[in-house]
Amino acid sequence: MEQDTRTLPDEIPGNENEAVDAPEIRQGGVSDYAVEMYGISKSFGPLKALDHVDLAVRKGTIHALLGENGAGKSTLMKILYGLYTKDAGEIRIMGEPCDIKNPKQAITHGIGMVHQHFMLVENMTIAENIVLGSEVTKSFGRLDRERMNRTIREFGEQYGLEVDPRQVIMDVSVATQQRVEILKALYRGADILILDEPTAVLTPQEIDNLIVTMHRLVEGGKTVIIISHKLKEIMASSEYCTIIRRGKVVDTVQVRDVTEKDLASMMVGREVMLTTEKDKASPGEVIMEINDLTVKDNRGVEKVKDLSLHIRRGEILAIAGVDGNGQTELIEAVTGLRKSEKGEIIVNGRHIENGLPVDTHRSGIRTIHEDRHKRGLVLDFQVGENLILESYKQKRFQGRCGLLSWKKINDYANRQIDKFDIRPAGSALQRAKELSGGNQQKVIVARTVEQEPDLLLACQPTRGLDVGAIEYVRQALVQQRNQGRAVLLISYELDEVFDIADRINVIYNGRIVADLDPQTTDEQAVGLLMAGGSQ
Amino acid sequence: MRKFVIQALKKPFTAVMIAILIGFLVGAVTLALGGFDPGRGYGLLITGITSNTRRMAQVLVNAVPIIMTGLAVSFAVRTGMFNIGADGQFIMGQVTGAILGFYLPMPAIIHPLFIMVCAFVVGGLYASFAAYLKNRFGIHEVISSIMLNWIAYYFMNFIVNMKSVKVPGSQHSPEILDTAKITFFSREFRTTAEGEALLAKHPWLESVVRTDAGYAILVMIAVTLLLWVILKYTRIGFELRAVGYNYYAAEFAAMPVKRNALLSMFISGGTAALGGAMLVMSTSYFITMLGATEGYGWDGISVALIAGNHPIGCIFAGLLYSALKLGGTEIQSRMGAPTEIINIMIGALVLCIAFAPALPRLAERLERKE
Repeated sequence: MEQDTRTLPDEIPGNENEAVDAPEIRQGGVSDYAVEMYGISKSFGPLKALDHVDLAVRKGTIHALLGENGAGKSTLMKILYGLYTKDAGEIRIMGEPCDIKNPKQAITHGIGMVHQHFMLVENMTIAENIVLGSEVTKSFGRLDRERMNRTIREFGEQYGLEVDPRQVIMDVSVATQQRVEILKALYRGADILILDEPTAVLTPQEIDNLIVTMHRLVEGGKTVIIISHKLKEIMASSEYCTIIRRGKVVDTVQVRDVTEKDLASMMVGREVMLTTEKDKASPGEVIMEINDLTVKDNRGVEKVKDLSLHIRRGEILAIAGVDGNGQTELIEAVTGLRKSEKGEIIVNGRHIENGLPVDTHRSGIRTIHEDRHKRGLVLDFQVGENLILESYKQKRFQGRCGLLSWKKINDYANRQIDKFDIRPAGSALQRAKELSGGNQQKVIVARTVEQEPDLLLACQPTRGLDVGAIEYVRQALVQQRNQGRAVLLISYELDEVFDIADRINVIYNGRIVADLDPQTTDEQAVGLLMAGGSQ
Repeated sequence: MRKFVIQALKKPFTAVMIAILIGFLVGAVTLALGGFDPGRGYGLLITGITSNTRRMAQVLVNAVPIIMTGLAVSFAVRTGMFNIGADGQFIMGQVTGAILGFYLPMPAIIHPLFIMVCAFVVGGLYASFAAYLKNRFGIHEVISSIMLNWIAYYFMNFIVNMKSVKVPGSQHSPEILDTAKITFFSREFRTTAEGEALLAKHPWLESVVRTDAGYAILVMIAVTLLLWVILKYTRIGFELRAVGYNYYAAEFAAMPVKRNALLSMFISGGTAALGGAMLVMSTSYFITMLGATEGYGWDGISVALIAGNHPIGCIFAGLLYSALKLGGTEIQSRMGAPTEIINIMIGALVLCIAFAPALPRLAERLERKE
């Protein structure tokens, strides 16, 4: 049935209020707070995921939840959204105590959640996805597409979230899909919107747009809770920020009173270097040269077109670009997973185009793959087995008769685990899938770096990691370069590119469109080039 | 208590035990529905297996072929290939054993060894063909190996039916030469004076002499240990397991994934065929025209499933399987209950094992609800 466009609450009182962390101020019935959670605890087996967590979110504000991977911020929100049940504690929505048992109840209380991984039907249109479950029909249950499309268009315009309701999901960008998710939540009547790591998949420009959208939602009377571990965006978007560390609230602060550095140290519990320290590069001879490379994707579309680049020993070359501009195909061609149409890839004087992964290995390249679960790790293998995944043939892991010596392997693994601060300590025998994402990535970094490759390909090496782990991975990459090896960094995040690159190549539409020195350019200029603008 | 249950549910061993229990329960219900006393049925089942050493030896003898096919299937699954063609490979082994056993006169000890090597190679190549089709044309090994099962089955019938092979007036090939037989004692042994004297002196030997117990048991144990060592302690085994768990990561780590698919199927098929050859050399002595396959390969899939694809687990799973089958004949002969009840029980058991991966998830659910 038709769900008429929702009317907005006209004025939100108390928005200019100064009081910060005062969940004690409770009034019956009318509350300044959209969400109040008191003494929330939750355990998974022996692990205490949340330990008496208090959270109060003012109506009409953007409130950030900041914490490392596994700190408990997502768990807290999943409890609010009814995906988990709490062990203890009390929840009030708009001042009313309530017991949310499942997402359906959360929705009736006006809570909407946009998950990190979108839950959309790929081959249906935007409008169909939004109305799914409450379709607009004519007689005999026929869909009234016209009215549905009109409603959705108007609904989107109202929130400044313009979409073309007739487009099919699989044809639209990730940013648009996210808008659809937000609209879906709003259409179902959400006054409180939870966004789980909403910027992980967006380009810099799209992130700016999202922040504008969030501000507009708040102006329209909504309350937004954003889960993030990206400090910059929290600084740019949120009014309040609650920092969670190891299941406990560290503090709730007003964002304008603090600096990025303050937030980072509260989140990690120690001083954190937000920028990686490094000396000036001293590039040596060229180690890899790619000339006029053309690569097609599975559908036969040329994703890499006449691409040329080179990289020298002792430098970090960053390929900056928006996802989908040929980075994946380029890496697949270099690593021997994909045939190229034409062109050459020369590493250490050897041609490796159209080779196998083993040829790439022999030429002295090792890769941190962007998909750590599919290509980087054997999740069902132990951590130790994963650490020797590329070096299991070495003599040092063998015992009698050339058989593998698990004692030697596990000793080695535990040394690596120590050296690379992989947690939990001594986890050589644990399965890789039991580690957190950041520690899984450290396993891959440890394995790759230990092989001392001439050229290290790092594809989004810090995706989804928290500040502490990011700091660690970036330092490892810089150290490689300091030891006279080459690092090719593929990243969709300009922060990262500017943090560690010695040289930036911008990729757009399968070509390198600019070769820049980070000292003489800025994020704005590179962002423009990434979006297809000219210098 | 609750904590204990949750912890227990997470262990794979618990899943197997629960499955066996449910299998027995289903069997009991089926017996009761058929109008038989389940208590008496199970009593007969157990005494049928344990009443005398000969029966216990028979359980072991019957278990050898299905342990071999179970090993074949487990090894392949561990290394990322679902070898559903163990039946065909087993048959190829039977054919090899029967033909070489009769037509190729050789000295005693060398003869069976030579046959075993040949059967292994024949079965291995036969299975590798499925891997080749997968590497070259992307044909899934389940499809191709099922088809290869039929080819093997009709090939055996074709061979038996050849004028030069079939024993006139019968439906089978000639009996293999005595040099090719691998039982500890020949079937005629106990009627000889020497045999009678030995049995009188050591009555327990009865169980060995009156069954087809032979060197196949030792070979089976050796193969089990060998496969386990390969998987656990060799570089090739490391590669094979990596491919089995995550093909993409193994490929990216520069492992020769295509060669490994061939190798995995070669070892798997060879193991199944070795089982087939040993069956001919220790029990059947010839191959027969068949209206349907004997299904050793299919039983092997069940054995592998019960064993959780662990080589050493296959021995226990095979023994359990074989014991149930033999005990089932006891229920049939003494109570008049059909052996199908045992088959239903085994079916329920395998079905429950297939549900085993759900148990840890169930444990997690319980934990979250806590």
